[in-house]
Parts: sequence; C-alpha cells; structure tokens
Amino acid sequence: MLPIEVTSLQKNYGSLKAVDGVSFTVKEGEVFGLLGPNGAGKTTTIEIMEGLRERDSGDVKVLGLDPWTNGYSLHKKIGVIPQEFTFMEKTTPREAINYYADLFNIKVNADEILKDVLLEESAKTHFENLSGGQKRKTGLALSLVNSPDLLFLDEPTTGLDPNARRAIWEVVRGLKAKGKTIILTTLYLDEAQQLCDRVAIMDHGHIVAMGTTEEIIQQHGSGERLTIHGSQQLADYIKGNTELLVDYDTAKSEIVIPLKKKIDALAALAAAEQSGLDWGEIQTRQDSLDDVFVKLVSEPVEEVETLPEQKKKSWRR
Amino acid sequence: MVSGKRIYADFKVFSRGYLRNKFGLFFGLIFPVILILIFGAIFAGGSSGPVNVYAQNQDTGLPTGINIGSSFLESLNESGTVRVITVDSTINFTKYLADHSSSDGIIIPASFSTSYASGQSVNITVYGNPTSSTSGIVSGTVNGYANGFNLNYFQRKYNDSTPAIISITGATVNTQQTKYVDFLIPGLIGFSILTSPMFSLVNISSEYKKNKLFKQLSLTPLTKMEWLTSKMIWYIVLTIAGFLLMVGVGIFVFGAHVALNVGLIPFLVLGPMLFAALGMLVGTVTKNPETAGVIGNIVTFPMMFLAGTFFPLSSMPQYLQTFAHVLPLFYVTEGLNNVMVYGNMTGALIDIAVLGVITLVIFVLAVKLFKWRED
Repeated sequence: MLPIEVTSLQKNYGSLKAVDGVSFTVKEGEVFGLLGPNGAGKTTTIEIMEGLRERDSGDVKVLGLDPWTNGYSLHKKIGVIPQEFTFMEKTTPREAINYYADLFNIKVNADEILKDVLLEESAKTHFENLSGGQKRKTGLALSLVNSPDLLFLDEPTTGLDPNARRAIWEVVRGLKAKGKTIILTTLYLDEAQQLCDRVAIMDHGHIVAMGTTEEIIQQHGSGERLTIHGSQQLADYIKGNTELLVDYDTAKSEIVIPLKKKIDALAALAAAEQSGLDWGEIQTRQDSLDDVFVKLVSEPVEEVETLPEQKKKSWRR
Repeated sequence: MVSGKRIYADFKVFSRGYLRNKFGLFFGLIFPVILILIFGAIFAGGSSGPVNVYAQNQDTGLPTGINIGSSFLESLNESGTVRVITVDSTINFTKYLADHSSSDGIIIPASFSTSYASGQSVNITVYGNPTSSTSGIVSGTVNGYANGFNLNYFQRKYNDSTPAIISITGATVNTQQTKYVDFLIPGLIGFSILTSPMFSLVNISSEYKKNKLFKQLSLTPLTKMEWLTSKMIWYIVLTIAGFLLMVGVGIFVFGAHVALNVGLIPFLVLGPMLFAALGMLVGTVTKNPETAGVIGNIVTFPMMFLAGTFFPLSSMPQYLQTFAHVLPLFYVTEGLNNVMVYGNMTGALIDIAVLGVITLVIFVLAVKLFKWRED
C-alpha cells in the first residue's frame, strides 16, 4: 500500500475549477512537492488529503483511509502544518507540545521534539513573541507530537527570510533522514529542488509536469544550446557552412544553436573562426527548472523571489 | 466520546493564557468590582441627611414679645428632615435664593403671630422647584407642622385635651430595608455573567476561525464540544471568583444585605454556560471578526441595560418590562434578585427552569453550527 494515492481528484468553488482531475501517488519515505503559483490548487489538494476539505469527485486514499470520512482516525496518524500556522498567543512552544500530547493521550519528550525542530532556545517564549521562522518551527514541532510517519507541510517557508527558510529546510532534511514521508507545497523552485525527491508542477488545477527535477527538465526543457555573441552576418555564415540549425536573436545580438551532440559546438565554433568575422562571448546552457516552470505555467509568477543559479559554462576567446 | 482528559488539557492551556492576559483579567474580575464601587458610592445610603432650607421670618411678634413665627421655624428644625437657615428680614428673599443656587425657601409673614393669636387665617409662602426631590420634602414638612399648629390652636381654644386620634408607626415590607446596593449586587453579577463570557467567546471564536486555529485543532483528537465545554468551565470559575469579590465589596464596603445560599449556584453555572455558548454561536455564524463584534454588541447591549442590571425593572415603562422577558439575562438577574434580595425560592426555580431550557437550546445550536473544517 502506498501512503498516498490520488486519482482524478476534482474540487470546484462555484464555477472555479480549483482542482481539475489530478492524479499522483507518493511512495514511502519520499519527499513529494506540489509546486506552483498562488491559485494553482496546491492548498486545496493538500487540504483534501489532510481531511480538512471535502472533494467533489475522484478517489483519495491516505494511509489506506478516506481522509474526509475517516478524518478523525486519520488525524491520529498524520502530522500537518497548515498554511500560515498560528497558535494561542500566550502559550509557549513547550506548553503547546505538552497540550498536544495530552490531547493525543501520549507521553512525549518535549525537549527532544524541540531539539528536532531547532527550537530549544525559544521553548519558554510566548507564541506571540516568536519570530516568523520560530512560529513555523512550533508548527513543525506540533505536527511531530503524535510521531507520524506521514507529514503534510503547506507552504512551510512562505514569507520567511532566507536564513529562516534554510533552518526549516534543515529540519525537513532531518525528518527525511528519519524515514518520514513528506508532502509539501511550495511557491519556490529552489525549495522544490533542495528538498523534494519528486515534484508535481501545478497550474490552474492541473498537474502540468511530474517527476524528479532532472526528469522534468529533460522532458519539458529544450536541451543544450550554444550561444555566440555576434552579427547577423556571422549567423548566416555559420548556417551556410554547417548543417546546424541556427537562430538569431536580434535584440541580444545572439546566435543561438541547439546542440544535438556536444561535438556540434566545435563545428559551429570552427565555422565562426573561419568566417573571419568578429565574435564575442560564447556559452552553452541548458534549461533550468525555472525555465521549464515559466514555460509550463501560463500566468506570470509574482511570488517566485529566488531563482536557482543557471547551469552556465563560458569561455572567452 | 467526550474525554475529560482532553477537556482538562484544553482548560489548562486556555486558563493559563487567560491569566497571562492582564486585559482580560481586568474586564473579567476588576471591572465589575469598580462598577459596584462607583454605583454604590453614587447611591450610597439613599438620603443625604436633612434638606437645607432658607427661611425669612418677617413676623413682628405679639406685644408680649412672643414670636410664634420663630417657634414654628424651631419646630421645623427639630423635625430632622429639614435644616432651617434664617435669613435677615430686610433682604430681597427671591434674589437671595437665586444667589445661593437654592430653590427651597420659606417666608413667615409679618402678621403671623397676631393672626395666629386671634384665630385669623394667615399664609406661609413656601418656595420650591417641582422637579427637585428636596422641594417635596420641604413642602411636606411645612404642611405637617402647619397642621400641627392648627390643631394645637383649636385644642387650646376649646380646652380639649384629647390626644391625637391618628398616629403613625414606621415599618417596611422586608425585615431589613432594601437599599439600592442590595439590588445593585445581583444586577452587576448578572452584568459580569453576561459580558465576560459573551465578549470573550465572540472574539475568540471569530478570531480562531479567521486565523485557522480551529482547523489546526481539528487535526487533533479534541472535539468541538470538548473545546466549548472547557471554555464554559473556565467562565464558571471566573464567574464564581467575580461573584465572591463583588459580594465581598458590597457587604464590607456598602453594608449590603444579600442572602447567600445554594439557590445561587444554578445561576452561577447556567449563566456563564449560556453566554459562552451564545458568544460562540455569534462568532460561528458571522463571516469575520468585525461582523462578529457588531452582531455581538447588538445582542449584548440591550441585555446590559434592559434586563435589570443597573436599574430595577420596576422603574421602567411597562413595554420595556415586557420586552425584558425575551432577554435571556433577565432570568439571571431576576433569579439572583429572587434568591439574594426577596428570598422568593419559587420564583427562582422558575427562572432556573427557563434558563436551563435556553442554555440547552443555545448550546446545541452553537455546537451544531460550529464547523472545525470546511467543505
């Protein structure tokens, strides 16, 4: 039995199709990311899996249970941080953990949980006085109280500063190392690349791509390209003297040559040298996840703040 | 299955948070005591001693030197209800009253002694303001003494030694006289039973909904009925603490006479339960905290003033008294008054029954309509 099996899931809000025929599975011990812009349907999908929302149609099994009808028993086995996690203002993280332990009727070592989420120093601070990152960590701590093997993290780092984000990543990696299965939603490509074994890119209620980030880039990216800074004349020369496909980007004064094989680059460079014309910087590059993301997701994505480094090689003549 | 352990866990976290919030504690416990101190001080004792009254004695007296006008004023002074301040007979009396911001005055005319001695009618002028309660006291007292003097005249004239036929002995309905503060204590206990849980639960339930804390709690084994029950228990505890404080202040500061017995317990338990559930209901059926606040006020304010909290219901027009019967708080204040002031246990039992039914209905509605999750 897979921890999560979602088949043809649908959910409408009035005429809006928030989730429109989504299917995927998550394996044990896997970190699975739902990546997409705001309004893509990530939170609706994850909340349906958590049993916080009812679905319109489709089949959802979480640990073999229907999350809506068996929510009460499912909740004892899973850990969840809802988006923008908040808690009672005048309660400290340690008290919150003990409160949850009482509710779940289990004994826990609060210190150990606090250590797992890197929150020992703020154990006695009232929730209202915690920083944004510490608040999320409190949420993480609470989601661990019932020692679940399956965790749902809904945008665990949205709105946090870069250091706080990295600290949360640290915690998530630690949980993965302990063999927990984790589903997370995120707006951030780097987060998906850093944490997830597999990613599903969502847009307008659909999954538009799914797999490891490498697989997605391979399937939806345009492959390796050679670009040479130079004139239209040079582009025409290369085109005339090789068998390569040559595009010219007038705006950037760039000659763009898709490479089927690495050796094609040599042919292009040899032709350029032969032409006797001037040429500048050359580089080869491959589509990154964000190139693919921008290509797949139809609306402009405002929330993506940090873009991952491009895979870049360059030479100077 | 309702779990006492979970209710206790939630109670612990909630009460600790409440006690750490000085603002909530102030409104829950200190504010009602301050109200008792303020209202008790304003109406303390009911009357403020004899009424000051200015008197101008123009009486020239009898040739023998006897001045009956003076004797009349002395008698008034000894009554204890008025204190006579004599004013020089040459002064313009109405101007004098105005200058001293007083509307109460008496003029004894020049011919008072001679007329009285010869049995001719004579007029005492009493100045007063019909809207002021002191004027009634002054004219009543003067009237009484004038009758006494008249009777005395005839007794002497006919050598009649018959004692007065009608005399009055003072008595009141209750064994002890009911003072305003006696009424105020049950009223203000009712006030705090209403406001503290009601405002709190309206606020908490709408805020928890807005910031998704309910969603968060729905992921634990805690049920919504357990959640509401723990809040009710906390407000019962708070109400009893407030009750003891208010009764203590009433008795020790203002010498209030209120009866304390087991008949009070149902009101101190059902009251907070009812208004915690009602607050929850308002917070649940409204869209956001702002709307919840407005609806909460619309529900709360009429009860605050019209259910016999600050003013006795009997001092209100009939239509308001009828209206009060649809306000749930009415049955709390009436019941508390029945037990603490009138000792009317039959009446209190009816109030408990009505209150029990209302509480049950509101509780069931609140739990039914309240959603942890969304669909």
